Amino acid sequence: MKVMAAAFVAALIIAFCAPVVLNQFEWSSAEQGSSTSVRLD
Amino acid sequence: MNMKLLGATVLTLATLLFNPVWAEDAPAVDRTATGGAQTLEDIMARQEKLKVDESFRSENLGNPGSAAAITEQLGTRGGVSDADTWRGIRYNESDIKTQARGPAADVLIQDGGMPWYKLRQGPIITYGGGALLGIIILLVVFYFVRGKIMIDGGPSGNKIERFKAIERFGHWLLAGSFIALALTGLLTLMGRSFLIPVIGHEAYSTLAVGSKWLHNNVAWAFMLGLVMTFCMWVAHNIPNKLDWQWIKAGGGIFSKSHPSSKKFNAGQKIIFWTVMVLGVSVSLSGLSLLFPFEMPMFAGTFSTLNGILGTDFPTALTPHEEMQYANIWHSIVAFAMMVAIIAHIYIGSVGMEGAFDAMGNGQVDREWARQHHDLWVEEVEAKQGKGGST
Repeated sequence: MKVMAAAFVAALIIAFCAPVVLNQFEWSSAEQGSSTSVRLD
Repeated sequence: MNMKLLGATVLTLATLLFNPVWAEDAPAVDRTATGGAQTLEDIMARQEKLKVDESFRSENLGNPGSAAAITEQLGTRGGVSDADTWRGIRYNESDIKTQARGPAADVLIQDGGMPWYKLRQGPIITYGGGALLGIIILLVVFYFVRGKIMIDGGPSGNKIERFKAIERFGHWLLAGSFIALALTGLLTLMGRSFLIPVIGHEAYSTLAVGSKWLHNNVAWAFMLGLVMTFCMWVAHNIPNKLDWQWIKAGGGIFSKSHPSSKKFNAGQKIIFWTVMVLGVSVSLSGLSLLFPFEMPMFAGTFSTLNGILGTDFPTALTPHEEMQYANIWHSIVAFAMMVAIIAHIYIGSVGMEGAFDAMGNGQVDREWARQHHDLWVEEVEAKQGKGGST
């Protein structure tokens, strides 16, 4: 049962780490469709 | 299981879902009164779900080259017809330039939204939810008819190691993340219909935001678990002649016999390959949804299927349509997995005495092992030089 608990904790750790790691590669879905360089001319 | 039959069934279901092949063609319409433009009959035909030939407007895009110049008294666009322009945009025939950036920014109109929404809120919830309730009811009935599968003669008290710690870790990483994904996925899919009326918009909003976060991020644990279990168990899950004997005996479920089996019996192999195939599929469609518009895969898949099977799946998809297909497919595959996993959970817990120990602490009763995996026990004992608990 310890292994089961450890796996569940690992799943949560991965979940918390995933967005941090993805942001390092600028792989954030939140960035899609937006840009800081929109030209209005 | 006959994989060809299974594949054909899946393909037929997918075809029925995505291609309304049963739709009748709308009768020919005389559009002279409207100068070739849409008529009331066209609108009514669409409402009756008839197939309307859209070429009368998709190909009626005017000729901007022959339009009056913008220097004339016709406004900034000169003599170019607004209707022609919007039809061009509507049918993806215009060269769109926008200030917005992003992969899907140049699609200004696509009409797949409502059919997607209706499919998602209608048949997906109805049949998907029905399948979940169906398997639960079936298992409850099975439990009362067959009862718990007990160890014949009772447990021996002598233990044998069934799964190592790393195997159990991989299994529970996959299982734990799958349950989290299933619950948060169901909340996301069905919350609008079933939870908002009960707990209200504000409470549901908090729940939905949390569900989305967990679903998007715990997916990586699921994919890692999938890779781990595949690498550890694929060699034990190659089908062989023994599996056919097991299947013919129905796994001994009703005959109360114990067909021979190695480390995994045919039932477990079916679960393994179901999880692997559906797990890869749900992961790919999930990645496509996780990175919107970055990983389109349905146009390519449909093109391949059309080439092999001669089907007529659409291959010119807008980025939004790619996402809609990915979302629907993700839901269908997830429901199929949930049905299989509910049955797996049943047989691994309340359905069979001694089964949970295999993944609980890794040590199973030797008599249980002999009855369900006799050839595997012989292999282990041969390696250990006969007998002795591990």
